[in-house]
Amino acid sequence: MRKNLNVIAAYSIMMGLIILVGIFQSWNIALSIFNLCLISAVMTMGANIQWGYAGLINFGIMGFTALGGLAAVLISVNPVQEAWSAGGTNILLSLFLIIGIVLAVRFVLKRYQKSKIRNYVIAAIIISGIIIIRLVSEPGIEAIEEVNPARTGFLGGLGLPIIFSWIVGAFFAGGLAFVIGKVALGLRADYLAIATLLISEIVIAIIKHEDWLTRGVKNVIGLKRPAPYEVNLQETEWFINLVEKFNSGKLALISDLSERQAALNQFVIEGSSVFVKLCYSGLFLVVVIILLILTQKALYSPWGRMMRAIRDNEEAANAMGKNVVKQHLLIFVLGSAIVGIAGAMLVTQDGLFTPGSYRPLRYTFLIWVMVIVGGSGNNFGAILGGFVVWFLWIEAAPIGLYLVNLTTAGLEDTHFLKVHLIESVPYFRFLMMGIGLLLIMRYRPKGILPEKIEIK
Amino acid sequence: MDFLNAIILLLNYIFVPALAYGSQLAIGAIFVTLIYGILRFANFATGDMMSFGTMVAILFTWYFQSLGLSLGFLPTALLAIPFAILFMGLYMLVIDKFVFKYYRLNKSPPVQLAMVSIGVMFVTQAVVRIIIGPSDRRFFDGEKFLIRANEFKEMTGLNEGLAIKSTQVITIVATIILVSTLFWFLNKTKTGKSMRAYSDNEDLALLSGIDPKRIVMITWMIAAILATIGGVLYGLDKSFKPFTYFNNMLPIFAAAIVGGIGNPFGAFLGGYVIAFSEILLTYAYKKFFMYVLPESMEPDGLIQLLSTDYKFAVSFSILVIVLLYRPSGIFKGKIL
Repeated sequence: MRKNLNVIAAYSIMMGLIILVGIFQSWNIALSIFNLCLISAVMTMGANIQWGYAGLINFGIMGFTALGGLAAVLISVNPVQEAWSAGGTNILLSLFLIIGIVLAVRFVLKRYQKSKIRNYVIAAIIISGIIIIRLVSEPGIEAIEEVNPARTGFLGGLGLPIIFSWIVGAFFAGGLAFVIGKVALGLRADYLAIATLLISEIVIAIIKHEDWLTRGVKNVIGLKRPAPYEVNLQETEWFINLVEKFNSGKLALISDLSERQAALNQFVIEGSSVFVKLCYSGLFLVVVIILLILTQKALYSPWGRMMRAIRDNEEAANAMGKNVVKQHLLIFVLGSAIVGIAGAMLVTQDGLFTPGSYRPLRYTFLIWVMVIVGGSGNNFGAILGGFVVWFLWIEAAPIGLYLVNLTTAGLEDTHFLKVHLIESVPYFRFLMMGIGLLLIMRYRPKGILPEKIEIK
Repeated sequence: MDFLNAIILLLNYIFVPALAYGSQLAIGAIFVTLIYGILRFANFATGDMMSFGTMVAILFTWYFQSLGLSLGFLPTALLAIPFAILFMGLYMLVIDKFVFKYYRLNKSPPVQLAMVSIGVMFVTQAVVRIIIGPSDRRFFDGEKFLIRANEFKEMTGLNEGLAIKSTQVITIVATIILVSTLFWFLNKTKTGKSMRAYSDNEDLALLSGIDPKRIVMITWMIAAILATIGGVLYGLDKSFKPFTYFNNMLPIFAAAIVGGIGNPFGAFLGGYVIAFSEILLTYAYKKFFMYVLPESMEPDGLIQLLSTDYKFAVSFSILVIVLLYRPSGIFKGKIL
């Protein structure tokens, strides 16, 4: 109990801050911050597994997040039958062709000795394969994109409940991580960082421009929800009664019957959106707790000890007979899969998939700030980092506004400097993140809650 | 005649734009490679440092314009570059003193320095956005075209026009001057040689009496020159927007690594490799084949290898391929 005091203190302060937002701003804002904090926490756990446990740099978090989001679309959207009949066969044929090319290349690689001729043969297989695939898929893609382009124009998904996509998102992201890991994990740390950053950009480019699969920048809106809809809630009997009970004190003060009804309606509308957010919070909390238990177990297991040994001295671990390459690949896949879950959760919460919104600053570098600030190698630290940084990211604008008003109090309201500063308040969040990261790196390089390994 | 038309077509749509874009990338890539070679970390603040320099240049341009100063047919921004370089250098030295110096003296691993540079990236981004705002700005003035497409058509009587923007010529000329001076400096002067020695083997350089503080300071000054000029040239040719500059970091990294990181000449060529492959692979060759092939064989489609949406993806794929098969780059990296 005693030695966990700093963890408990840090989390209580964080919760206190969110509750303060609830009291002073609104419970709606507080809950949406809390939900995104939970999603960020899942992402940081993924990044923390890779960086904190194994010392692998993954700057491709954005790509895995987007793949998770794509899974949400492909699982939950109802299939578009016309599009399937228009171009489905071509797409399936192309898919088989891709598999065929991969198998052919593998066959050539395995069967023949390394030589110049082999390289040319592989290049020829790939290039001719790409040309054939383009010829096959082009009419299909055009046909699919012509099916009611304003509303669908893509193949749609499987029409299953969106919750399943959290698992599928993990598989998508893990699959991509397997491919990336196979080819790029041999690189030195900073090369790996750049390579993953660029690969994630490629992933985003594909998601943005393959309209037949993802609708691209036209966005997919109105995804299914695991939680009830506000509109339905507002008409449900038990919910109205519940709200009435909650606000009975305030309602009792209003004597006029029609005014009282209006006030109740207002409470119901507010209450419904709070209730929906609470549903999401519950779901996300379950995911975070399950992942936390699993990652903690892993950290203290023999496997976790081996990972730390590999991180701290790769050559020694290798000499002890540990397969460093295999373990690196495993942990890269696991971490990325967790990020994929977070990506699917994010799209589930928003109810829409906007490929244009995936930007490295928000989905890669911010997550890294969270991991570093929170404490890499420590799961509680990483989660706390997600909470703290996301909280500041959202609340930076009000804090910035307050600071600007304070420092320019002597100036008139129309003074150009004051107007300019107030206009640029949204960018104070970058400043805050940057300075926070620099200060933490300098004075507390292990993060707020540093890694603490004890043998249990 | 058709053959000439085809060549002019390629010149107009591929060669000239790629040469200008490649020069801009090349300057940025030399900046990255210099920091990597001497200060030994991947600088993720590259794009934002360039946007900081460009921002100062724009502010000075506006000031000069309000004074009524101009360079005639040349853009006023050229006049602002020296002042912008001063500010940029100052900014870099301040950052180095308060941020990077500590880690350099502690001999922190490169990864940690790269993380720190992300912090610098956030701060610089905030500074730029707070001062000048996030919107798109054009600050080009003076004569826009050196040769206009229809003038060229009239002059030569060809079907295809060749338009050369003055910014493209300025970019290419400035790059040639800048890069040749830099190579002369690195290869012929004593300071340049000591920089190369420091990059090659730090301890040995220290033993031979090379002052690391001086080397670091000079590196930052050169970096300031490169960042500012590279940024201003890009901004003149296209436009200035902080977000675009941040994104430009990616092809610049690609160029630096493709050329062999730590090797300025490799970075210089890497810029052109990236630019040309981006444009060659995403250009629609339909018109070209219409000129070259006889009428009966005219193509139906656009004959485009990849859609222009994948422009960035091309350079990144090249980078990934190079990283996998030749991690030291086309020209062996890590010698300055």
